[in-house]
Amino acid sequence: MEISRKVKYEEELDPGFVDDIKHMSGCEQIDECLQCGTCSSSCPMSVYMDYPPRKIIAMVKSGFKDEVLRSFTIWLCPSCYTCQVRCPAKIKITDVMYALKRKAIEDKVYPSRFAIPILDREMSRLIAKHGRNSEMRLILRLYLKSRNPWGLLKMAPVGIKLLRTGRMSLKQDSIKNTKQLKALLSAIKEPGR
Amino acid sequence: MNGYVYYPGCSLKGNARHYEQSILPVFREIGLPLAELEDWNCCGATAYFSVDDAMAAAICGRNLSLAERIGKDIVAPCAGCFLTLKKSNIFLGGAQPKAAKIRENLKKAGCEYRGTVDVKHPLQVLTREVAPEMLRTSIRRPLSGLRVACYYGCQLVRPFTDVDDPDYPMMLDVLMDSAGATVVNFEAKTRCCGGSLTGTIEEVGLRLNYILLKEAKRKGADCLVTICPLCQFNLEITQSKIIRKYKEDVAMPILYFSQLLGLAMGIPREELGFSRSIIPLRNFWAKVGNGGAK
Repeated sequence: MEISRKVKYEEELDPGFVDDIKHMSGCEQIDECLQCGTCSSSCPMSVYMDYPPRKIIAMVKSGFKDEVLRSFTIWLCPSCYTCQVRCPAKIKITDVMYALKRKAIEDKVYPSRFAIPILDREMSRLIAKHGRNSEMRLILRLYLKSRNPWGLLKMAPVGIKLLRTGRMSLKQDSIKNTKQLKALLSAIKEPGR
Repeated sequence: MNGYVYYPGCSLKGNARHYEQSILPVFREIGLPLAELEDWNCCGATAYFSVDDAMAAAICGRNLSLAERIGKDIVAPCAGCFLTLKKSNIFLGGAQPKAAKIRENLKKAGCEYRGTVDVKHPLQVLTREVAPEMLRTSIRRPLSGLRVACYYGCQLVRPFTDVDDPDYPMMLDVLMDSAGATVVNFEAKTRCCGGSLTGTIEEVGLRLNYILLKEAKRKGADCLVTICPLCQFNLEITQSKIIRKYKEDVAMPILYFSQLLGLAMGIPREELGFSRSIIPLRNFWAKVGNGGAK
């Protein structure tokens, strides 16, 4: 049996983390958290999470940057905003989760081949390129990039039902003025925005 | 702003084309025909905000600017589009330096946005702006005897609570009641369907949708009425697997509110996209056929 320390010492925490997240989420109230747990008990996904939302907020406040950014929790948030409207301290918890997702992508610490960040990234790419998302192409890319051909196969019956009811198309739509969209996005991408 | 322009988003041109097929005739019926926003781009949904929030707000800004140029407010039937556009609209109108920078970039790209557009969900227009008498007289074939569970999902009523109550909204219940249906007390009406998680983690998708279907069944609903394409899709495509996994018959049609409203207005059923339902509608038609006061 290997003996390893389960608790972090203060010098191993990142005290600047909470300020980064406040800035990125536009939510200044993170410090006001009462640890009441209304968020965790309201969350339809907390039963699947490694750290429920109450714990994530406490960890953000205390600087457990690595644990938070590598958690599955942030990707399991479906943006239903139930916690956010119920929080007595008015913490925009869903917006904090969004900021944590972006930070994890920025620091390249999200779980690789995990379907959720792949879906987010692929959908953004499709839109940046064509101005339009294509449901069908997005699904194909999702299974390809998460290297899950079995998953794609399992989706086949659904695909057939959608085809039969005329609800699926392989066509990639595009807006007319893609030039404008690209100019807009590249202007925003510039450093120091 | 003077009147509305229709923002479809990817779903109403894809798997939810029966939502488009039914919402447009309903709006024509009440004298507010909707034209489609010219050259609209996708809203980015929850995905773009998870990757880059400045770009996410900017692409929404382009849509808002297109609507502003023709002097119309936006009607967005997809709850995801509705929230994404509404949230970006509020953000872009704000005083933060980040928002000012995006406004500047929008202007440079030839899509200046001054912040005059309002973003609405069709339910808001139908229940808050159309005169109740107007709506009442448009109901020619009440859905008597049909028991419906009204499902709002998440993003129409949260996080912005000016739309309706965030936990127990009533606007769809009231609308379905005026269409002659019997509205059951569906307490899971704002519980999450899993959104895109249903497509990425099967276990989550099956469990969350099972909870919703089971509750609707328990309340004796003949069908579940939705206002969001992703909710509709999730509740429909997970059904056969849910029945296999939980060994419980929770099968029921998942219909758009505009399909039922259109039916009550006397619009022929062939024109409302009912043939696109994956769930068989035999029992549903038996109910509606019996109760309709033609």
